[in-house]
Amino acid sequence: MMSKAMNGATSLVKSLESAGVDVMFGIPGGAILPAYDPIFDSSIRHILVRHEQGAGHAATGYAQVTGRVGVCIATSGPGATNLVTPLADAAMDSVPMVAITGQVPSAAIGTDAFQEADIRGITMPFTKHNYLITNPDDIPRAIAEAFHIASSGRPGPVLVDIAKDALQKETTFEWPTSINLPGYHPQLTPDSGAIADAAALITQSSKPVFYVGGGVIKANASRELLQLAELLGAPVVTTLMARGAFPDSHTLHLGMPGMHGTVAAVTALQKADLLITLGARFDDRVTGKLSTFATNAKVIHADIDPAEIGKNRYADVSIVGDVKETITALIPALKKALEKNRPDLTPWLRQMYSLRSSYPLGYDAPADGSVSPQYVIERLGKIAGPDAIYVAGVGQHQMWAAQFVSYEKPRTWLNSGGLGTMGYSVPAAMGAKVGAPDTTVWAIDGDGCFQMTNQELVTCALNNIPIKVAIINNESLGMVRQWQTLFYEGRYSNTNLESKRVPNFPMLAEAMGCVGLSCERPEDVDKTIEKAMSINDQPVVVDFRVFRDAMVWPMVAAGTSNDDIMVARELAPDWDSQEL
Amino acid sequence: MSKHTLSVLVENSPGVLARVSGLFSRRGYNIDSLAVGPTENPLISRMTIVINVEGHPLEQVIRQLDKLVNVIHIAEVIDNKSVQAELLMVKISATPKNRFDVEAVVETYEAKIIDEDATSITIEATGDTAKIADLLSALERFGIRELVQSGLIALERGSVTLSERTLSSSGIPIANGVQADYQN
Repeated sequence: MMSKAMNGATSLVKSLESAGVDVMFGIPGGAILPAYDPIFDSSIRHILVRHEQGAGHAATGYAQVTGRVGVCIATSGPGATNLVTPLADAAMDSVPMVAITGQVPSAAIGTDAFQEADIRGITMPFTKHNYLITNPDDIPRAIAEAFHIASSGRPGPVLVDIAKDALQKETTFEWPTSINLPGYHPQLTPDSGAIADAAALITQSSKPVFYVGGGVIKANASRELLQLAELLGAPVVTTLMARGAFPDSHTLHLGMPGMHGTVAAVTALQKADLLITLGARFDDRVTGKLSTFATNAKVIHADIDPAEIGKNRYADVSIVGDVKETITALIPALKKALEKNRPDLTPWLRQMYSLRSSYPLGYDAPADGSVSPQYVIERLGKIAGPDAIYVAGVGQHQMWAAQFVSYEKPRTWLNSGGLGTMGYSVPAAMGAKVGAPDTTVWAIDGDGCFQMTNQELVTCALNNIPIKVAIINNESLGMVRQWQTLFYEGRYSNTNLESKRVPNFPMLAEAMGCVGLSCERPEDVDKTIEKAMSINDQPVVVDFRVFRDAMVWPMVAAGTSNDDIMVARELAPDWDSQEL
Repeated sequence: MSKHTLSVLVENSPGVLARVSGLFSRRGYNIDSLAVGPTENPLISRMTIVINVEGHPLEQVIRQLDKLVNVIHIAEVIDNKSVQAELLMVKISATPKNRFDVEAVVETYEAKIIDEDATSITIEATGDTAKIADLLSALERFGIRELVQSGLIALERGSVTLSERTLSSSGIPIANGVQADYQN
């Protein structure tokens, strides 16, 4: 292969091009500056953000929508440390991401030089792997490995930190034709014995439930999941990270489990005799108090990460592998097993359907005539429809967006599930829109979250990234306020943001080059959403001024058992009327 | 107490010790001892880690460790199928009166006197954890003034080697190769 002489910076950009990068989000600065010279001439679209955190979440949004590796780039020191939150976020939610950071020149490393931070050390706990490059000859291989590691196995973020002198020195560019990582061999193909065991266990179950996690979306396994679920005819629950993996409109779907899950989904897990767990990880927000979780259930746990199996819950059958391959292998095995012995799931389904109809998600219209936040989100979902992409921040509005928008397709629901990063929504929506420019992208954000990262609307306005933002403005840190209502006797310590007074969100939006709209009457909700839907050449921000005291229900209080789910304040489901 | 000894083959790259120790610390696993050094292959270092896995299944510890990209192979060391040793250096108070007694203890434990002066004797010993502990309690009556101890190292008994078993399938050449080093 021909190798050409060039500097490390050019080698970096050629490596990124060779890795198939079409867009990256970043901000230049001293240590990364050499790389920005060849970026100027590159085919890669570089989007100049306003804060490195925005670059990181945008890379995540792009990755979640496209399934490709999201790329962000920043300088050393504060540029790099501003990427820490999005990297941790991407690690928790298994997002394929590569972050490139400049580092001070190698001779200055360790001297507390200007804008020096040990970003490799800082990010070790929440990157899948990371690199510090001081020799320009190592750049192509490190970039090739970074993309390979980020995108294969359980996806995750990889950081490549490059010393400034490595970017400046002469080197030759040669894109590696193979990857040699002796300690990295993700297992994709499931063990056939485990598949057979799983099929056998399923035929012995009269109360099975599919516990579906975000892994199904990562593996693009929705179609296979649909086949498997219909083959068995068992109920399905989709976790916060898996909304859209299985159509909400499907009869077998009981909704989302967990702290704010539906009564039917939570109870299905609790009362099941078998959990068929696909790409999910028994997160505490799903299990509630672990020792009381699904106590009568056997567990089939399929995950690509062997360390997830048995971490929180013992698995009777463990299947390590890509969940698409797993489901694909399980379908014929189960078909055969069911021919011999098909358990009657009718009584189980009848119980679950009865719970679903007795305890649907709902909310009361505020007595004072103000706008209900759930109503806004519900209407938004109806009007924008299942083809749109919805990107939430973190808090009450996030839970309502998970509950009251109907998801029919994978990769249409983005949120920060594991880390719970307030401020995720606007930059992630920006990245999502870049990844899916022809799709309507709605950021559903809270007034608290919005004030953390809204500066990226400037980036959106200047770069023709017309996202739409619905601020669910309850002038509070709403979820914290809800906990204060329930657990701190209504002592609202530092949760009043006064966001109906300051800032003026529509004016703020206009100042950032967006269209600013406002809505504070229930009868105006639809036409405001429609107005926002009609604007496609500019970002739009709608300030929905909503009822302050709305709460997210159902709720399983933190650390308590799923059996103690409340459908409203001091209101448990009427278990006696249910045959369980 | 549930103690286990792991032999861990890692890529010989900067930061790998920080990755391993950081993992143990952030997941709340307790390390009793850790010894790390070069192996017969310059691309590979070997760590011997003694862990107390109270409250964490050993399997979970191994699987988390295995997620580190620089970790090539992990094997549990089984006591009766391995040879194990720690190195101890201990400085005790010694007077002309008790010197014979000290020498008797040293001989019993196949230890060595490596330094002495008018008031102290420094002893070096190797052996498994139990032997070292016994030696220390035998020396206690003389007054232990200072001690330093290495982590445990261990090898499987017999002709099988961990490197041969794992490296043939890992893609790392067993003979000397190009230094796999991105960092320096």
